[in-house]
Amino acid sequence: MYALSIRNLSKTYPNGNQALKGIDFDVEPGDFYALLGPNGAGKTTAIGIVCSLVNKSGGEVRVFGHSIDNELEAAKSCIGLVPQEINLNLFDTVQNIVLNQAGYYGIPRRIALERTEKYLNELRLWDRRREPARNLSGGMKRRLMIARALAHEPKLLILDEPTAGVDIEIRRSMWDFLRRINEAGTTIILTTHYLEEAESLCRHVAIIDGGTIIENARMSTILRKLQREVFVLTLREPLGQAPVLQGFETRLRDDGDLEVAVDTKHDLNGLFELLSARGVRIRSLRNKANRLEELFMGLVENKQPAAGDAPAMQVDIT
Amino acid sequence: MNLSVNWIAFKTLIAKEFIRVIRIWVQTIVPPAITMTLYFIIFGNLIGRRIGTMDGFDYMQYIAPGLIMMAVITNSYGNVVSSFFGAKFGRHIEEMLVSPMSNATIIIGHVAGGVIRGLLVGSMVTLIALAFTRLHVAHPLITISMVVLSSVVFSLAGFINAVFARKFDDISIIPTFVLTPLTYLGGVFYSISLLPELWQKVSLANPILYMVNAFRYGILGTSDIDIRHAYLIVILFMVGLFSIALVLMNRGVGIRE
Repeated sequence: MYALSIRNLSKTYPNGNQALKGIDFDVEPGDFYALLGPNGAGKTTAIGIVCSLVNKSGGEVRVFGHSIDNELEAAKSCIGLVPQEINLNLFDTVQNIVLNQAGYYGIPRRIALERTEKYLNELRLWDRRREPARNLSGGMKRRLMIARALAHEPKLLILDEPTAGVDIEIRRSMWDFLRRINEAGTTIILTTHYLEEAESLCRHVAIIDGGTIIENARMSTILRKLQREVFVLTLREPLGQAPVLQGFETRLRDDGDLEVAVDTKHDLNGLFELLSARGVRIRSLRNKANRLEELFMGLVENKQPAAGDAPAMQVDIT
Repeated sequence: MNLSVNWIAFKTLIAKEFIRVIRIWVQTIVPPAITMTLYFIIFGNLIGRRIGTMDGFDYMQYIAPGLIMMAVITNSYGNVVSSFFGAKFGRHIEEMLVSPMSNATIIIGHVAGGVIRGLLVGSMVTLIALAFTRLHVAHPLITISMVVLSSVVFSLAGFINAVFARKFDDISIIPTFVLTPLTYLGGVFYSISLLPELWQKVSLANPILYMVNAFRYGILGTSDIDIRHAYLIVILFMVGLFSIALVLMNRGVGIRE
C-alpha cells in the first residue's frame, strides 16, 4: 500500500486553465519525497486536491489506501498539511491554534495538550504560546504551521514550500526537525524552490511542469542523469582571457573567476592537469549551482521526459 | 461519519467561537447594549409615554420582547457571517477543510457559536429591559424554544451569506438591505392590527413577524399571529437553510477551488 497514490489526476479551472493533465505518481510509506516544478506547474493544485482544498476534474487519489472519493474522512485523518501561504488565525494564540487543529481531528483534549506542548517545544515556540500569532515573525509563523500540521500526528505530512522566506539558520533547524520526524516513520512530501533543500532531504523526486510529470525517480538515480556540472574556479592571478582546454567548455566571468563545464566523460583531475600545465593556479572551487538545480533547469527548459538513457542535459553556462 | 471525531471537533468549534465572542467583547457585546438602551430610553420611555398602551400593555413592555428578539437575530447572524467569512478571508478555514470533521459539523459548530452570542446578547438586553420595565414570562417553554430556534435560523442564514461572500462588503449587504428592514417591519414596535388590511397581509409574508410575535406571546401572552404557524415557519426555515448550507459546503461553493 502506498502512502499516496495518484492516478490520471486532472484539474481544469473554470477559466479553462488546465493545471493538471492526468498525472500519476506513488509515494512509498516512510519516503521523503520532493515534488518540484516552476511556478504555476501544478504542484499546489495537486496538493490541494489531495488535501480536499481543490475539487479535482478527474482521476483517483488514495491516501494509505483510502480513496478521497468514498473514504474522505479516513484519508484526511492520515494527512497533515503545511500550506504555502500563511493561513493562521492571527488573532488566536499560538497554543490555541495547535489545540484547535488537534480538536478538529478528534484528538481528546488531554492528548492534544500534551502534543501541543511537545511540538511547540520542538519547534521552539513554547515560550510564545500565549501570544497571538500576529506577534510572531515570518519564520515563527512557518514553524507554527508545522506544529499545527503535526497536532494529530499524521502518517503523511505535506509541506508546500515550508521554508519560503525563512533565514538560513531557521531553515537548517527545520531540516533537522523534518529529518527526525521522517526517521520516526512519517512520510513527507515536500515542495520547495530551494533545490539544495530537496537534494539534501529527499530520497525521491518528481518534477512537474505544465501539468505533467516530466521526471519521477529516486534522487540518486536522477542525479546520475546529470551529464554535466558547471564549476566556478577562483584564480590566484587574473587571466586576460579564458584558456582553451580540450574537452572542457570555459568562460571568464566578469568578476575574474573562471567557469568550467565538466561533463561526465571527463574528471576534475584532467581539468587541474590542463590548468597547471598553463600555469593557472586555483585558489578555490565551487559548484555554480547545486546538481539538482542543474538537472531541474535542463528538464524544465526541455520539457521532455528524461528516460533512463537520457540525452545530455542542456545547461546554459552563459 | 466518525461520531467521536465529530463530537470532539464540534466541542472545539464551540469553544473557539465562544472565546472569539468574549475576546472581541467590545465589538460583540457592547454595541447592542448601547443600541438597545437607546431604544428603551427613546422609543420606550420618551415616545412610549405618549403612545399609551398596546394590546393592553405599556408600550415599553410591548416592545421589550421585540427588541430582545431583534438583538438575538442580528447578533446570531452577525456572529456567523463575520466568523466564517473571516476564516475564509484569512484562509484559516483550511484548518477545518483539511480535517476529517464533516461539513455538517462545521455548519452546526458555527451555528452554535451564533446561538451562543445571540443568547448572550439577548440575556443582556433582557437585563437592560428589566431596568426600564417589568417582564413576566407567561410561557417559559415557548419563550426559550422560540428564541433558540430563531437564533438557529439566522445563524444558518449568516453562514450561507458567508459562503457566498467574496469581500467584506458582501457580509453587510444582507443585514443592511434585508435583515434590518424585515426586523423593523416585523412587528417589533407595533401590532400589525394597526396597519391597513393590505399591509397586514403583506406583513404576513415576513418570517420575522412570526418569530417576534411568538416570542412576545411567550413573554406577554399576546400575539398577532397563531404561534403554531410561527413554529411551522421557523422549523421549515431551519431545515431548508441547513440543507442549502450543507449542499453548498459539499459542493465547495465559495470555499474550494
